[in-house]
Amino acid sequence: MTDQNQQKNANSKVVRKLLLATVFMFGFGYALVPLYNIFCDITGLNGKTSDQAAEVKPADIDNNRWVTVEFIGSLNDNMPWKFRPAVSKMKVRPGEPSRVNYIAKNVSSNSIVGNAVPSVSPGQAAKYFTKTECFCFTQQELKSGEEKEMPVVFIVDKNIPKRINTVTLSYTFFNSPAATKEKSNVSMANK
Amino acid sequence: MSEDHHDHKPTGIGRWLFSTNHKDIGTMYLWFSFIMLFIGGGMAMIIRAELYQPGMQLVEPDFFNQMTTLHGLIMVFGVIMPAFVGFANWLVPMMIGAPDMALPRMNNMSFWILPFAFGTLISTLFMEGSAPNFGWTFYAPLSTTYGPASTDYFIFGVHLMGISSIMGSINVIVTILNMRAPGMTLMKMPIFVWTWLITAFLLIAVMPVLAGVVTMMLTDRNFGTSFFEASGGGDPVMFQHVFWFFGHPEVYIMILPSFGIISQIIPTFARKKLFGYSSMVYATASIAILSFIVWAHHMYTVGMPLAGELFFMLATMLIAVPTGVKVFNWTATMWKGSLTFETPMLFSVAFIILFTIGGFSGLMMSITPIDFQYHDTYFIVAHFHYVLVTGALFAIFAGAYYWLPKWTGNMYDETLGKVHFWISLVSVNVLFFPMHFLGLAGMPRRIPDYALQFTDFNQMASIGAFVFGGIQLLFLFIVIKCIRGGEKATDRVWEGAEGLEFEQLPSPAPFHSFTDAPQVK
Ligand code: HEM
Ligand SMILES: [Cu+2]
Repeated sequence: MTDQNQQKNANSKVVRKLLLATVFMFGFGYALVPLYNIFCDITGLNGKTSDQAAEVKPADIDNNRWVTVEFIGSLNDNMPWKFRPAVSKMKVRPGEPSRVNYIAKNVSSNSIVGNAVPSVSPGQAAKYFTKTECFCFTQQELKSGEEKEMPVVFIVDKNIPKRINTVTLSYTFFNSPAATKEKSNVSMANK
Repeated sequence: MSEDHHDHKPTGIGRWLFSTNHKDIGTMYLWFSFIMLFIGGGMAMIIRAELYQPGMQLVEPDFFNQMTTLHGLIMVFGVIMPAFVGFANWLVPMMIGAPDMALPRMNNMSFWILPFAFGTLISTLFMEGSAPNFGWTFYAPLSTTYGPASTDYFIFGVHLMGISSIMGSINVIVTILNMRAPGMTLMKMPIFVWTWLITAFLLIAVMPVLAGVVTMMLTDRNFGTSFFEASGGGDPVMFQHVFWFFGHPEVYIMILPSFGIISQIIPTFARKKLFGYSSMVYATASIAILSFIVWAHHMYTVGMPLAGELFFMLATMLIAVPTGVKVFNWTATMWKGSLTFETPMLFSVAFIILFTIGGFSGLMMSITPIDFQYHDTYFIVAHFHYVLVTGALFAIFAGAYYWLPKWTGNMYDETLGKVHFWISLVSVNVLFFPMHFLGLAGMPRRIPDYALQFTDFNQMASIGAFVFGGIQLLFLFIVIKCIRGGEKATDRVWEGAEGLEFEQLPSPAPFHSFTDAPQVK
């Protein structure tokens, strides 16, 4: 019956569109991931600061202002290191590159690869905080018992809003994913 | 009726396994949901028994967490959603004058996936290690880095449910768009059909996102990606964003069809036309659209910037407006109607009042600074049980009583129905109302033990829970009794009933209906 065929055609047209919408939304779910990161980068929400080295611009220093930068170092749960900044805070001039050292020591009996994830707070300051040199740009490996000084060179942008007088830079060291996986498998097996 | 030569149905188990008949598939969905209600309900009984007293009595904390997780997952994906799909299967073709669903074979498949999905989910209880124990919202890293081995089976189960829902929604949309009887314009469709059309679009928009998020979990757990793994550059907070992008529309998926059911029932027992039909349609559509921009009200405390908090707070409050329009319309429909209170109407009136209480607690939590106090306390447990149990589930009860005579040809036992209603009404409030106070006093959710001062309200809640759980066995009895016999229902069933299924089909509705499309004026 042509009537029925027509109905079939009309149906499969709608079905095709809906399947397309399904695939599109599945992709959209994944697209939320880069969108989320771009959104946070642009707005500096979430205290996300770049994990890439910034270009150094010719120094243009604001000598009328001090900004206090505080440093925090912390470790993820299953990271058998010691990790702290050499100084807990310093005053810097906006626009001027400054250097601070973090000190890490591996107190376990294995060699461990770690990843440091930086974060800046308040979130709005993240846009105005750039690093030209950082141990967080690459993975760090410490042998058992090894201690290392890890430098960071950063610049507080001179356009940072007047109301922000204190910026906190925090690093968390994570066991690198592969090593983490191994460890959690071991603890699962022990359960 | 001249339909009887169509009316030979296949027999035996094959009738159900290979069924492509929308009525049989609807029946299977409804029974599936009913069985899941007792499984999920049994888990709730374990939870409430443990919480009857402070201290650890019956179960291990880890098992308690498995119970809250599976209870939530089963109730959301195994009870409420399949029940509504069951209603859609039974009613949408009859209401729009179509002979069946547009894609009958796909219909069969989307049902038969479900037992496998939930078989997989429930089988995790018997696996080594533990069943999923991270809450129905399965936040990373609880479900990724720290999830038990069975989490991978949970992910597989969620994939199956997603596929089933998407196939079901495609079917509903195609049926509604292409199979309406001549004269059945979109704006003449019963509200139930409208709400399901919009729900189906919501499902197609967000179920794939759910599938995406569990796939990301799967690859994070097993293939070394780091979507949610901070050490690899991922972000666990992003999990919450992606999850709630699905999750908030999902809560409307669970309530829109009940709006539809209530909008069918109230006019029947008020013997008046539904007040503001087109505003109902527009309100439903705007709720659906707004539901995409409010997700972060579940995440006020993750540390969003002020602008974000404000945006999501205002957007959330905005949703209360179309919801208010609906409540207003139902009330206006009853206004000066010649009301009678048979069981479906009783459940519907209770729905309006109690759902509104749930809406109010929602409004309270939509205010960001206030939610900082309520978040993750029993207050929110009270909120979503008011909207889901006295909301969605009561609408399912109301709809079941309303259409059972049409489905079976027999009236249910009205006295028993009223007993079921009144005992449910009292016990459900004894069960959930004290949770507001517990939450305000600071009792956190998802814990197996609590401080001494919370004892009284917890005992009230537990007693309410045992009564409410127990009385549902009466509902089972009423349904079975109605299927097996009883006073014969008239074709119209209810004096004030309108719509093709009541006006043009006998009771019980024949196995094949509207093989010749009716003419709709
Ligand atoms: C006026 C409408 C509503 C408003 C303003 C509202 C608001 C909220 C807010 C702000 C939360 C988050 C609370 C928190 O985690 O601190 C919440 C949670 C929740 N709402 Fe609503 N809501 C409304 C209607 C509904 C409806 C209709 C449903 C479902 C049928 C629903 C289901 C839920 C669920 C399940 C949760 C808890 C999710 C979880 O497990 O964390 N809500 N609601
Ligand atoms: Cu929500």
